[in-house]
Parts: sequence; structure tokens; C-alpha cells
Amino acid sequence: MSAVRFTWPGQPRFRLSIDRFEVVKGERVLLLGPSGGGKSTLLSLLAGIVSPQTGQVDVLGTNIAKLPGAARDRFRAEHFGIIFQMFNLLPYGTVTDNVLLPLSFSQQRRANVAANGTAADEAARLLLRLGLPGDEIACHRASSLSVGQQQRVAAARALIGRPEIIVADEPTSSLDRAWQKEFLDLLFEEIEVAGATLIMVSHDETLAELFTRCVRLDDIATIGRGAP
Amino acid sequence: MIVLRLALQSLRARWLTALLSVLAIAFSVMLLLGVEKVRNGARQSFADTISGTDLIVGARSGGVQLLLYSVFRIGNATNNMTWQSAREIAALPDVAWTVPMSLGDSHRGFRVLGTTPDFFAHYRYRGDQKLALFEGLVFSDVFEAVIGADVATALGYEIGDSIVIGHGLGSVSFLDHGDKPFRVAGILQKTGTPVDRTVIVGLDAIEAIHVDWQQGAPVPGQRVSAEDVRKMDLTPQSVTAMLVGLNSRLAVFRVQRAVNEYAAEPLSAILPGAALQELWGLVGIAETALAVVSAMVVVTAILGMVTMILTTLNERRREMAILRSVGARPATVLGLLATEAGVLTLAGAVLGTGLLYAVLATARPWIDRAYGLSLPLSAPTSWELTTLSGIVVAGVVAGLGPAFLAYRRSLADGMTVRV
Repeated sequence: MSAVRFTWPGQPRFRLSIDRFEVVKGERVLLLGPSGGGKSTLLSLLAGIVSPQTGQVDVLGTNIAKLPGAARDRFRAEHFGIIFQMFNLLPYGTVTDNVLLPLSFSQQRRANVAANGTAADEAARLLLRLGLPGDEIACHRASSLSVGQQQRVAAARALIGRPEIIVADEPTSSLDRAWQKEFLDLLFEEIEVAGATLIMVSHDETLAELFTRCVRLDDIATIGRGAP
Repeated sequence: MIVLRLALQSLRARWLTALLSVLAIAFSVMLLLGVEKVRNGARQSFADTISGTDLIVGARSGGVQLLLYSVFRIGNATNNMTWQSAREIAALPDVAWTVPMSLGDSHRGFRVLGTTPDFFAHYRYRGDQKLALFEGLVFSDVFEAVIGADVATALGYEIGDSIVIGHGLGSVSFLDHGDKPFRVAGILQKTGTPVDRTVIVGLDAIEAIHVDWQQGAPVPGQRVSAEDVRKMDLTPQSVTAMLVGLNSRLAVFRVQRAVNEYAAEPLSAILPGAALQELWGLVGIAETALAVVSAMVVVTAILGMVTMILTTLNERRREMAILRSVGARPATVLGLLATEAGVLTLAGAVLGTGLLYAVLATARPWIDRAYGLSLPLSAPTSWELTTLSGIVVAGVVAGLGPAFLAYRRSLADGMTVRV
């Protein structure tokens, strides 16, 4: 990421500028910063959900800032797994449908899954690895799960089809401390297996030791507030 | 496939609001098609008020006016035609039959028609339907009457009841023919034509009740009893109008011209079909108003559906953000919402049409009896099919608005799902 300038449409008073920010393939990066400090904005830029006004966002050799909207969406579908803070799942869908959702948007990930068996098997395997015995909950509605279970289903969805990059936006903030640790351990294990890169934001500094690198948002980005 | 399944599940999760929108659309579609059916039925019933009659002859006046007073019993004749003229026209070589009609009296607000028993033989309505008696018989005596279905219902008359004919046309007559009461001999079946609101007596009866009257009032000191009047010659001096049937319809313009150029007195002959069309042209404004109202109802229902989609949009922001995060393209999000709108309107249109036909099938006989309106239970016309597909397309297009909004919002939400 270089020389990025971004403001949200309709909110010209908030400006984010990043001169340089790099993540190496296979890294597990923790991005620290206070709430409302632009962390989520940074992730949105990284994942191509929004596009900067100026500057470059190079992901896997593609400058996604230059891609038109639909192509960015496709790029995200192919290469990113995203975990939100909460409300990750479509509440009325079954657990399996939620996990399989990304596959209907990405050819590459479909192919990755197909190489090792059926999609349903892969979903069940991931769920099992994350501590959710598939045959017990696969057909449940997502809304019937506890928050901790939902986050693990979200992780399974982010991981299915082995996307190169996992982006997580405070995925543990709705979990209690004991759960946080367990969730992250499971997540890391799977990321290790898949050989993916993880970029996670949090305001919780105690998590830093689990990551290969810890970056403070203040060090890489300037947040402008007030009149432009 | 998963996306479509999830969309359906999403719809099912909101089944109550979705059902309400479908019902709103169904009812509006039902109303629109129903109004159209009634409109056509009314037009048809109106055009079917009189059939089988080739010409209506009366004193010279406009076609609509002659039709109004002779068939619809609205307004007054400008003049009568003499019995002499009536007989001469009846004797024309092309003429197969004539039914003289004498109007001008009433019974408690219902018009009294003096005619011959031929009226029952030749008057046709709704294609080729004859007047049929519900009970009793056609009058055979001078002082017997046959009453229409509405008269019987409104006044509660039964066979054998005695009725008094009032002079003139007011609902309350100050002068009546109380000395010569009539017996109800028959009650007609409901026809949906003005015959329902008519008291029918013999032509001689009209003559009989006026035999001791002059210039619209009884002649003082010169009473003729009902018994005496039977022995008198009751051939009328004049009649109000006359229904004419021809041997061949091809002769219709020849006879019409003969009547219009009749030398002895100024007469008019009209073609009932043409006059009915002309009259419907006047009534037709109401018809257009009905169509406009029902179209507005459909627009309202579609707006209601858009409102429903818009209000659920907020709770579905999460859904949109999740779909976007897994890489759903704008087209997918747009397509989902537009499809949803399309599915809802389609369901509404199908349900509404089904409901309408169900209602029609059950209520048809009753509507016919109560209003004399025949609503044919036919397959949807091309107009109806075009309208239905138009409504579905309008639904999809209307759904694009919220869909576009949803996409815009999902862009602005970015990574943070604000709920």
C-alpha cells in the first residue's frame, strides 16, 4: 500500500492517509489502534470493498485500486476470506450454506475445494477442525448458534477454498477471554495449513504475542479530522 | 444456487411482511381485473338490454331520447304516434311483427307499460333470451298485470295482489285510477333490464282506465265502471312507441327510411344497437373513471411492496455486507432484490387472478340474480394477460430502486456492519 489517500463519501472531515504499508506473504499481522481510529477503513481498502481516491493498493501483484468495482468484487471473492466483528452469518441460512457461500462467487476457491473432495465434506472438515462437529450442527440455522460458534462458522467460511489472504476485523471482541484464545489458536492452525496470510485488527494489545508482527495504526497512517 | 436458496430463505424469514405485500398486490390485481370484468359485463348487459328488435318507432325525436323513454323508461315521449300510423307501419311488406307500447302512467314510482301479449313473445335481451315468468301467467283479462322482478321485490307483491295505477309519472300520484284496480297475474324473472322495474298491462287496459278521463283529469259526473268498460271498444287512439321486427335485417334501412319519411305524421325509426352505442358513449365516462381508479390501486399496491422492501432493507444491511464481503457483485445484489420484487409481484398477480376467478365462479349466479349482470367465466383475455405481465414488470422495475439503494449503502458500509 503506498501513497493512499481516502475519505468516506459524504464524510469529508475524516481523512486517512497511508504512505507505505507492506505485508509479506504468510505473515500474521496484528494491526493495533483505538476504536474509531480507521482500522476498519484500512481493512476495507485492503479488501477492495472501497477504493482510495489516490494511491496504490497492491495485492498479490494486482493494483486493486485501479480495478473497476465489479472486478474488485471478483478479486475479493477469489483471494480474500473476511471475518467481521460480529453478525458474520446470514441468520436464516443453515450453517453449511453459510460456509459454502463464498464458493458460489469464486471459481478458484471452488476448484481448490473440488481437488480434495466435495464442498460439503470440506465444509464439514473445517467445522470439525474448528471444534464444531459437522453432522450435529450443519443443518441448524445460523441464528440458533451461540456467538462463539457463529464466529467459528465465520472462520470456516473465510477459510474454505483456501483464499490467500484472511482479513479479520476484531473477530474476538464479542467473545470472552477464554474463548478468544481458543478461537485464535484454531484460526491460526488452519491458516498455517492453508498457507494463508492473516491481517487482523484489534484494540487489544494482549493478543500481540500470538502474531508474527504487530503494527500500530498510528505508525503507518495519518488520520485527518476537521475541515479538509 | 446457494445464493438463490439463501434469498428464498431470507424471504421466508420475513414471511409475514412478504405475505402481506403479496396479499396487497393480489387484492389490487383482483380489483383491477374485477373492475375490468364488471366493466365489460356492464357494457355487455347494457348492449343486451334489447335485442331481436330491428327498429324502434316513435314520434319524431332523437335516437337516444326515443331509446331512453321506450326501452329504459326514462323521461317522457315528446309526442305519441297515432294508432292509424302504427297499423300502417305494421302492414308494410318488410315488417314481420310489431309490438305497440303505451307509456305515461306509473305505479308507486314504477312505470306502467301498456302493450300486447306479443311483447312477451318478441322482446329479447342478452342475445336471444326471452322474458320468462317466475310465477303466474301473462295477463289475459283487461285488469290483469304482469310485474317485473324488482317491482315484486321492492313492493312485496305476490300473485293475486290488487294494485292501483296512478296517473302520471310521480312516485306519489295525486290522481289515480282507484276505481279500476288491477290484479297481479304474473311476476317475471330477473332480467337485468328495465323490464324488471316495469308494470306491464294490456294496451286495452291503458285505454280502459282513461276512458272517462279527458285532458289528464277525470271528467266530473261521468264515471264508467270497470264492468261497463269491458263492453266498450278499447282500441287505442294512439301509442307511445312501437318495437318492430323485420322479415329480413337487410330491409332495416329501407323500413327506417319509410318511417322517417312517413307523410301523415312526423315519426322516427331508430336502430336499437346504434342508439345503445350512442348512449353508452355518454355513460362511458364513468367507465373510464373506474379503469383509472383501479389502475391507481395497482400503483398503490406496488408502492406498498417497494415500501416493504425499503423498510426491510435496513435490517438486511448485514445480509448485503456479508454478501459483498464474500465477493457478491453489484449485479448479484441488484438481481437478488429485483428478483425478490419480481417473485412477490408474480405471486400477487397469480394469487389475485386465482382469487378473482374463485370469487367469480362462486358469486356469478348471485350477481346475475341481484344485479342482472352476467359476468362470463372465460379464460383470461389477452388484455388481462398483458396487464398482468405489465404489473410484474412494473414490480421488478420498482424493485430496482431499493436494490440500487441497497448496493449504494453496502458500499458506504464498507467493512463495518452497522446494524
